[in-house]
Amino acid sequence: MHIPDGYLSPQTYVPLYGASFVFWAVALRKFKDESAVKHIPYLAMAAAFSFLIQMFNIPIPGGTTGHAVGAGIAALLLGPWTAVIAVSVALIIQALVFGDGGITAIGANCFNMAVIMPFTSYWVFKLIKGNSSSVKRLYAAGFFAGYIGLSLSAIVTAVEFGIQPMIAADIDGKPLYAPYPLSVAVPVMALEHLLLFGIIEGVVTAMLLKYFLKHEPDAVYALRGSSK
Amino acid sequence: MTRFQKKLWIALIIMALLSPLGIILPQKFNSGDAWGEWGADALEKILGYVPDGLKRLSDIWKAPIADYNLGGENASLSVQIFSYIISGILGIALVGGIVYVISRLLVKKG
Repeated sequence: MHIPDGYLSPQTYVPLYGASFVFWAVALRKFKDESAVKHIPYLAMAAAFSFLIQMFNIPIPGGTTGHAVGAGIAALLLGPWTAVIAVSVALIIQALVFGDGGITAIGANCFNMAVIMPFTSYWVFKLIKGNSSSVKRLYAAGFFAGYIGLSLSAIVTAVEFGIQPMIAADIDGKPLYAPYPLSVAVPVMALEHLLLFGIIEGVVTAMLLKYFLKHEPDAVYALRGSSK
Repeated sequence: MTRFQKKLWIALIIMALLSPLGIILPQKFNSGDAWGEWGADALEKILGYVPDGLKRLSDIWKAPIADYNLGGENASLSVQIFSYIISGILGIALVGGIVYVISRLLVKKG
C-alpha cells in the first residue's frame, strides 16, 4: 500500500502533503499537552512495531503481496492522535532510508496509513464495544478495528491511484501517472484487503489487545476511563 | 524500563529476526510486487509502456538501502535475508530514536 514515486500526479500528492501536515501539527501539539514521560516507551515501541510488521509481506499465491500496518493496535493503545505520530515516523523512515513508498508520496502514504487508518480503527472499536462489558464483544471490536481500518485505508489508496488517469493524461489520453482507472484499482485493492490482509490486521489487533489487557491494562488508551 | 516493557522490546527484536519470512514466503508462493508498487521496468512488462510522468518521477530518490536489500538487484537469497534482518534492527533503532528525540523536545511532564 506504499505508493511509490511517479504514481501520483502533483495535483494529488501536494494536497495530501498538506492534509498530513495538518494532522502532524495537531498530533504533535496534543502529544505535547497530554503526554507524560511514561508514555514515551509505548510510542517508540508502537512505531517500531508498525515498521516491523510491514516487513512481513503476505503472499497471495501466484499473485501479489500485502501486509498489515499495525495502526489499529497503535490507535487502541496510544489513542488515534498519538498513533498518527507512531505510524508516520515508521512510514517516513521506510521512504527515506529503504525506498519503500515514494518521497513525493510521503504525504499520501501517511494520510492513508497513519491518519485514515488509526482514526477509523479507533472509531470502529468504540462503536462496536459501546458500553458493553462482554469480553467477546471487546475482542470482536478489536478485530474489526484492525480489519476495517486497514481495508478502508486500502480503498482510499485505491481511489488515489484510480483518479490519476482522469486527472493527468497527455493529449492522446494516455495516463501520465498511475495507469489503472478506479474500476480496476478499487476492486483489486478492496478485495485483497477485505479477504486476506485485513483479516491478518484484525487478528493481530485483537491478540495484542488481549495481551495488553492481561499484562498492562492501564496502557490501553481506548479503555481508559471506562468501567472495567 | 519496566519488566513488561523489556519483554516487549525483546519481542520486537525477535520480530526483526523473523522478518525474512516476509521475503521467503512470497518467493515460495511465486507472488510478485504489491499491487501498485511496481518499478518502471515491471510496469513496462505489464503495460507495454511507462507513463511519462511516472518515468520522470520514479527515480527522484535514491534510498541508501533500497528495498531493504544491501546486495543490489541480483543479490542471492541469503544476502537478501541478511539485509532484511539488518534493516529490521536498523528500523527499530531509527524509528525508536526519532520518537525519543521528538518526545524529549516536547514532553515535559514526568
